[in-house]
Amino acid sequence: MAISPFVEIDSTQKLDAWKGVKKIPLEEYFTSGHRTCQGCESALVMKTMIKAAGPRTIVLGSTGCMYVANTTYYSTSWVVPWMHTQLGSSGAAALGAAAALKSLMRKGKMKKEPINVIAFCGDGGGADMGLGGISAALTHPDYNLLILMYDNESYANTDIQLSGSTSYGANTTFSPPGKMKRIMHHRWKKNTAGMLAAGHTECKYVATIDMSYGLLGMNCIRKALSIGGPTFIHSLDPCPKGWDYDPYISHELGELAVTTGVWPLYEVENHRLRLLGKTREIADGRYQRGPVRDYLMKQGRFAHFTKDDIDYFQSKIDDMWTKWIIPGVIPMMKDLEGDAPPSE
Amino acid sequence: MAQMTATLPERGTEDTALITGSEAIAVACKLADVDVITAYPIRPYDTVMQYVAKLVANGEMDCEYIVAEGEHSQFEIVKHACACGARVFTGSSGVGWMYAMEALTVTPALRIPMIAMVGNRALDDPGAFGVEHNDALTVRDLGWMLVWVDTAQEALDTALIAYRVAEDRRIFLPLGLSCDGAFLTHSQAMVKIPTQDQVNKFLPRYNRADLLLHPDNPITVAPQANEDWVMEIRRQNYAAMERVPGVIREAYADFERIFGRKYGNPFFEEYMTEDADVVVMGMGTLSMPTRVAIRKLRSEGKKVGMVRLRWFRPFPAEELAKCLGRFKAVGILDRDFSFGSPYMSGVVATETRAALYAAAKHPPVLDFIGGLGGREVTVPDVEKIAHELFEAAAGKQKPLTQWIGLRE
Repeated sequence: MAISPFVEIDSTQKLDAWKGVKKIPLEEYFTSGHRTCQGCESALVMKTMIKAAGPRTIVLGSTGCMYVANTTYYSTSWVVPWMHTQLGSSGAAALGAAAALKSLMRKGKMKKEPINVIAFCGDGGGADMGLGGISAALTHPDYNLLILMYDNESYANTDIQLSGSTSYGANTTFSPPGKMKRIMHHRWKKNTAGMLAAGHTECKYVATIDMSYGLLGMNCIRKALSIGGPTFIHSLDPCPKGWDYDPYISHELGELAVTTGVWPLYEVENHRLRLLGKTREIADGRYQRGPVRDYLMKQGRFAHFTKDDIDYFQSKIDDMWTKWIIPGVIPMMKDLEGDAPPSE
Repeated sequence: MAQMTATLPERGTEDTALITGSEAIAVACKLADVDVITAYPIRPYDTVMQYVAKLVANGEMDCEYIVAEGEHSQFEIVKHACACGARVFTGSSGVGWMYAMEALTVTPALRIPMIAMVGNRALDDPGAFGVEHNDALTVRDLGWMLVWVDTAQEALDTALIAYRVAEDRRIFLPLGLSCDGAFLTHSQAMVKIPTQDQVNKFLPRYNRADLLLHPDNPITVAPQANEDWVMEIRRQNYAAMERVPGVIREAYADFERIFGRKYGNPFFEEYMTEDADVVVMGMGTLSMPTRVAIRKLRSEGKKVGMVRLRWFRPFPAEELAKCLGRFKAVGILDRDFSFGSPYMSGVVATETRAALYAAAKHPPVLDFIGGLGGREVTVPDVEKIAHELFEAAAGKQKPLTQWIGLRE
């Protein structure tokens, strides 16, 4: 797509895709010192995110689990420069850091080199409070930055309260099943990545990832940082505490989210959509999408579900796969295409 | 719409221009070679950003100029830019300032020397564009330095001094540069525009040093500390604020030496106080009607003076107490309110009384709340205040708080 001649583009680090697990370097930039729960997938996202980005990176972290648990004073787990940002400020933090680097390097006040800027946020900080700021950041073509939302589907650090990104019907401390209402949380999960991809023409890369497919996730991060301009990645992270399951099945749940079709993996690269991994296999008919029951019933947060609830959940997922223009991405119905255009 | 009226001087020659307070600060930003600026519209501060935008568009200023999607982001963007080594400028007014409150809270805690212009404006509701000082005053306990200026010249000069003080490694605290909405932001006056050479001599480059967020200096900023360390970290901010007055004195002395403009006591200005029996004290552009009224009262033989407080944070308690102890009564003109405060007074009166408590001499301090929502404080208002002060000086019992210029 055309870029305005008034946009000033700086070079990025060229981070090629790793061809296999054995090609991944051993160096770690997110190391010991953190206090995340056993089986925390979000901690794995942090570790793989910065491994993919490498040492010439500035990381800005919104308030949330990955702030509170990872940066205990005097025992930070970050090897790279890291700074806290407010809950709703991941977009602003990334913009500020990127703008400073750009300005200082242009004016000769700082050595010129491509430095990655990554701001991360949870689903509370990203899909709820910080959505406006992320949206604003994605409209700035001049700044190279990545905003990564680690979505564990609740405000997990504050005691598991529902967010706009929590799965339908989940038992959270703000949506406990009760005698009158079995389902307190009757909103459907917000389609954050799809909405950001659809709404920001200057954004050259949006992806959904799941670190149960680690190499794929890391290569998405490397692509986002290489492509230039503002980019966004949405990661779904099983959370033993918030989803109420035995920590040893974190990975398995991450896989089930994809194989049951609940969490489609895709990237939008230079405005071209590509379904990824198992999601692509499902779309191509090479893999049979599993029943959502297999995913839901392994989690205590859905233990109160009746058959009707599971059927409803399944029907919503089926709609996404069979009726949406693009499964998981654009929640507009396919039959729209058959509509007559408005007459003159 | 604000349009540039100043023609900026060539390097090496001082020039004079007829400009507004907002434009004067925009010129200071250019002279200070600010690196990152964030804007968001709200009257009356936003005129400064219109001037900055024009400077950038005309290639007179090289900075990243970002229009944010709200004040919270506006302040968060420059906060992070400043942590990465950029000299920054931003600002707001009224409820815009309040919308940014979370960002305002963390900025001093992070030791970020951000300079923010506050175009003082009444807080909603009811809506009013006019000046009130409550917006800037809300950050008075958080570690922000707060200074009120009176003229466009003082606005330009103080903006340069602000960078010098805030970016001093001994300080590293943010500064709110308060300008009365409309009376200063939109009023033109003749302003001497310093040369780039003078500014370069006065203002060293911002050096974040060991606190720079950069891969060459991989630090962790603002970790989770809890009860283990929070008190010690707070104490460091306390110590930084304690060092501010000394650094302010150095900066004003250097300013006078390099620019040849004299501000005398940096913390407050005294007008006709040498032989005064009573004084009126306030902040910002209130000084205009006060000066006129004082000259009128003097012609009638009434010995009235004025103290105009510049630096509200840090509050110059000892110096001010020493000064005010000389008079028989002190009247505070508070362009703010603090409902439910001691004696229902305004903020400046309450702070001034606190400053006087430990002093050897403390005259009665009467508070006059006025000029709210941009209402003009008139010469008769000040005359009435002087009348009350003379009665208090004569030993008559007076109410500690009155509203002045109020429609009954």
